[in-house]
Amino acid sequence: MAERAQPVNLADGIGVAVAALVLLAVMGPLGAVLWRAESFSGLGPADWAAVRFTIGQALLSAALSVGLAIPVARALARRRFPGRGILISLMGAPFILPVIVAVLGLLAVFGRRGAASEILGFFGLPPIEVYGLHGVVLAHVFFNLPLAVRLILQGWLAIPVERFRLGATLGFTASDVARHMERPMLRAVCPGAFLVIFLICTTSFSVALMLGGGPRATTVELAIYQAFRFDFDLARAALLGLVQVAICVVAGLMVVWIAVPHAAGTGLDRPLERWDRSGTVARVSDWIAICGAALFLLLPLGAIFVRGVGGLFDMPGLIYAAALRSVLLSLATATVAVALSVPMALLIARGRARGLFETIGALSIAVSPLVVGTGLFVILRPFVSPSGSALPVTGLVNALAALPFILRALVPAIEQAERGYGKLARSLDMSGWHYGRHVILPRIRRPLGFGAGLAAALSMGDLGVITLFAAPQQGTLPLEMFRLMGAYRMEEAQAAALLLLALSLGLFWIFDRGGRIHAAT
Amino acid sequence: MLQLEAISLRMGDFHLSADLALAKGRRLGVLGPSGGGKSTLLSVIAGFLTPDAGQIRINSEVVTNVPVPQRPLSLLFQEGNLFPHLTVFQNVGLGLRPDLRFDSDQQGAIGDALEQVGLSGMDARLPGDLSGGQRSRVALARMLLRQKPLALLDEPFAALDPGLRSEMLALVDELCVKTGLTLVMVSHDLRDVEKLCTDLCLLEDGAISLYGPLEQILANPPAALKPWM
Amino acid sequence: MKTPMIASGLILAAGAALADDPVLTVYTYDSFVSDWGPGPAIEAAFEETCGCDLQFVAAGDGAALLSRVRLEGPTTEADIVLGLDTNLTAAARESGLFAAHGIAPQGLTLPIEWTDSDFLPFDWGYFAFVHGTDLDAPDNFPELAASDARIVIQDPRSSTPGLGLLLWVKAAHGDAAEGIWSDLADNIVTVTPGWSEAYGLYLEGEADMVLSYTTSPAYHLIAEEDTSHTAAAFDEGHYMQVEVAGMIQGTDQPELAQAFLEFMISPAFQSVIPTTNWMYPAALSATDLPDGFDTLIAPEKALLYDDEEAAAARDEALAEWLSALSQ
Repeated sequence: MAERAQPVNLADGIGVAVAALVLLAVMGPLGAVLWRAESFSGLGPADWAAVRFTIGQALLSAALSVGLAIPVARALARRRFPGRGILISLMGAPFILPVIVAVLGLLAVFGRRGAASEILGFFGLPPIEVYGLHGVVLAHVFFNLPLAVRLILQGWLAIPVERFRLGATLGFTASDVARHMERPMLRAVCPGAFLVIFLICTTSFSVALMLGGGPRATTVELAIYQAFRFDFDLARAALLGLVQVAICVVAGLMVVWIAVPHAAGTGLDRPLERWDRSGTVARVSDWIAICGAALFLLLPLGAIFVRGVGGLFDMPGLIYAAALRSVLLSLATATVAVALSVPMALLIARGRARGLFETIGALSIAVSPLVVGTGLFVILRPFVSPSGSALPVTGLVNALAALPFILRALVPAIEQAERGYGKLARSLDMSGWHYGRHVILPRIRRPLGFGAGLAAALSMGDLGVITLFAAPQQGTLPLEMFRLMGAYRMEEAQAAALLLLALSLGLFWIFDRGGRIHAAT
Repeated sequence: MLQLEAISLRMGDFHLSADLALAKGRRLGVLGPSGGGKSTLLSVIAGFLTPDAGQIRINSEVVTNVPVPQRPLSLLFQEGNLFPHLTVFQNVGLGLRPDLRFDSDQQGAIGDALEQVGLSGMDARLPGDLSGGQRSRVALARMLLRQKPLALLDEPFAALDPGLRSEMLALVDELCVKTGLTLVMVSHDLRDVEKLCTDLCLLEDGAISLYGPLEQILANPPAALKPWM
Repeated sequence: MKTPMIASGLILAAGAALADDPVLTVYTYDSFVSDWGPGPAIEAAFEETCGCDLQFVAAGDGAALLSRVRLEGPTTEADIVLGLDTNLTAAARESGLFAAHGIAPQGLTLPIEWTDSDFLPFDWGYFAFVHGTDLDAPDNFPELAASDARIVIQDPRSSTPGLGLLLWVKAAHGDAAEGIWSDLADNIVTVTPGWSEAYGLYLEGEADMVLSYTTSPAYHLIAEEDTSHTAAAFDEGHYMQVEVAGMIQGTDQPELAQAFLEFMISPAFQSVIPTTNWMYPAALSATDLPDGFDTLIAPEKALLYDDEEAAAARDEALAEWLSALSQ
C-alpha cells in the first residue's frame, strides 16, 4: 500500500502517535512505581500461585463467555422479534456495573437466599453454594458474555448478504452455512473477543476474591494490593504489573498467530436477510439461547432494579450532583476514547505491524488500574495537585481502558470498508480526509457508536483511579455509592446503584442508537 | 423460457411492475439508473423477494412461490462470489455439492469447468491470490458446472477494467452459445449489453420503459435510450 | 463535544476555591469525609474558631492513606494524617514522616492507657461478629469453628478490619491461631476485599455473621430503628481498633496542626463521632454517648497489640492465615 497518498500517511502518523501515547500511559506509570521503590524484591511462591490462578480462571472465564456467546449471537442474528433492540442494549449492562453492585445482583439470583436457591428449596434441594472457582467464572461470564455476544454479533452482521444469497442458490443447508460462512467468520472474530475478555478477567480482583471463597482465589491484582497496602513494597507491585504486561503480550501474540484475517468481502449495504432460519431445530435452539441468555443476564439486573427503585427519589441531593459529574466525565471520556481509537484502528486495519499495535491497544486493560493510577500519581504530583487533576486523569485513564474494546469493534469494519472501497477511492484520487469522511465513516458508524457507548458506560461505572485522586467534593456516582455503603446506608446505596445502572445504560443506548441511525450496515 | 406476468412488488415508496417474456437462449440486458429497480427485479426472479401479485414462470413452470434453492438458475454478483477460505477447486465444486465431498466424476467435471474458463492448473489457489479477472472466471466456472438453464448476472464485471471486461463478456458469450444458456444481465453500461445481449429492457422508477430485441432498438434508438449511448 | 470538557474543568475549579486564611490540610480515609461521615460537621466546627481553612483530602482507607503519604514522602501537602490505626503506626513512625504531637491528652476514655507521643487517638471500637438476634451465637472462636454458622470476613491484605481479625485470633490464641483458622475454614463463606462488601453480603443473607464492630448494631438501632442486629460477645476478649491522627514532620502550619489535634480530643469533635463514624469516641464519657449505645455489648476484656507487637506479629499471622485457608 505504498502508493497511498500523503494525507493518509498523516493519519498513520497520528495512529502511531496514539499507540505511543498508550504505551507511555501504561509503561510510564509502571516505570515510575519501580523508580519510586526503595528496595528491590523478587516474586515469591505465593505470587506465582496467584499468577497461575489468575491465568487459569481467566482462560476458563473467557472460553465460557465466548463459547456461550456464539449460539446467542447466532440466534440474535437470525431472529427478529419485538424487544430485540432493547435486549441487545440491556445486555451491555452487566459489563459496566461496579463489581459490588453486579455481585449483589447475581447473589439475588444465585446466592443462598437467591431466587434459584428458593426454587431448589421448593423441591427440597439444598441452596446453591456459589462460592468457589465456579462462582468466579459465573460472575465473569455474567460480566463478559454480553460483550462477547456483541462482538460476535457484529461479525455475523458483517457477513455480506450476497454470501447468503449465493448460499441459497447453491442449496446450502444449515451445516453448509455454518461451514462456509459462519465458522470462517468466527475464526476471525472469536480470538480477538477471547483476548479482550481473557485480559479483563486477568485484572479481576474483587470478583475473584468475593466469589472465590477465600485466599485460594488470590489473583495478581490482589497481590498488587497487598504489595501496595500491606507491605508498601513498590518494587514488587511494579514487578507484578510487569507480569500482567507479560501475560498480555504473550496472549496478544498467540491471538495474532491463531486469528486469520477477517475476510468478509464487500457487502451491499442492505439489512441482513437469511435463508437458513426456517428449520425447527434451528428455531428451537435459537429461542433456548435467547431466553437462556436473557434470563441469566436480566434477572440479576431486575434484582438491582427492585432493590433500588424504592429509594430512588429520596436520595440526598449530592448523589444527583455526583451523577451529573459522572455523566459529564463519561461524555468527555467517550470523546477522548473515540478520538484516540479511530487513528489507531486505521493503522491496525492497514496491517502495519499489526500484532504490535493490537497488543499495545490491549495493554491498557491488562495492567492494574492501581499500578497505573499510582504511577500517574507519582509522575503528575510534582506538577499538578492530585485533586486538581482527578477528573482529567480519570477521564484519560478510562478512555485508554475503553480503547481495546473500541478497537475490537472498529478494526473489522474498517478492514471491510478498505477492502471494498479502498481501490475505488484510490482510482478516484480521493484525499485522505474525504476518504475517511465519505467512505470509512459511514461504514464504521455502528461499531463507533457501540465503542463510544461502551467507553461512556465504562467510565460511569469506574471506581479505579478516581479513588486515588479525588477530593471529597469531587466524588463520582460510583464513589458516592461506595461511600454510602461504607456508612451502612445500603438502601440508599442500592438506589444510587440503580441510578448508576440507568445512567450508564442510557448513555450506552444513546451512543449505540446514534451509531445505527444512517449507519451503512 | 422465462416469463414475468404482471409482476407487482411494493417496498415502501418504491413500486416495481414488470412484464417480460424471454425465449430459450435469449440474453436480456437490463439497463437503468441506480434505484430504478434493476437489482430488485433480479431478486424477484431469483426468489429473494416474493412479488405481491403476478406470476413467474421458468420453463413454463410457475416458480413464484418456489424457494430459492429449488429454482433452476445460477447467480453471479459483482463481488462476493467466492468464499475466501476455499480453494479455486472447492469454490467451483460448491456448485455441485456444498459439503465438498466429490466423487471422481465430479472432480473431473470441476476440472473441465475450470479448463473451459481458462484456469487449468489454478485448482489449489485461494481467491485472495487471484486477480479480479481470474476471480470472475472462477465464478463463471461454477455457473457452468451447475448447468442451470437460466443465469442471472448482477453487474458481474463492473469492478474490472474495460479491457478485462470485454474479455470476460466475450467468454460469457462463447459459453452461452456453447450451452444454450438463457441469461438476464443487469448493467449500467449499454456497451456491455451490446457485446453480450440479444434483448434490451430499460427499467426506470420500477417500470419497464423500453423493451425489445436489441438490434431493433439500436436501429432506431428512442429518446429514452439517449443518455445511455 | 467540547462542552463537557470545559464543564469538568469548571467543576474542578469550583472544588479548589481559594481563601486568604491559612490552610490546614488533613489527609484522611474516604468514609470520614463523605457527607454521611464526620468530616463536614468537624470542618465547620473547627473553622468557627481556628481562623483557617480546613481542607480534607481523602484516600481510600487507613492503609491506603499511609501508602499515599509514604508515596508522597517529605514533600506531602498533608499537615495532619487522620485515620491510621495502631496496626499501622509502627510503619508510619518508621517512615520518619511524623512529628511528636507534644500534647498531654486529658480526659481520654479508652479502655487502655495511652502513651504514644507521636499519635493521638480520636476514636476506637471493638471488632466483633455482628449477627441477627435470632442466631444462637457462639461465645468464642473455638465454639464458632465448631458451629455451622456461616461467616463472611475481610481479607487482611486489602482491609483494615481483616487485619484486625487476624491479630485478634493471634492475640487470643497465640500459637494455636493457625489451628483455629483451619477449623474456621468451613465456616467462612467467603473473604471480601473490604468492609462494605462483607457487610453487604451479610445484609443480603449470604452469611449468618460478619466481621464488623460492636458498635455496628447501634447504626441499625439509631438510624433505622431496627433491633434485629447484635454483636456476639467472645469470652477470649475483643481486639480493639484505635484510630489515631498524627502531625507531619515538615508541616508549614505546626501551631494550627497542634490546635487541630487538641480540638480533636475536645467535645466539639468527639460528640460528632458516635453517629457519623459509628465508633466510640476516644475522649467522651459514657454518659455523653447517644441513646442506644448503652444497649451494645461491653466486652470484658480488651485485646490490643502495641504497634511494635502488631508489626512483629502480622507477617507470621498472615502466613498462618493463608496456609490455613488455602487448603
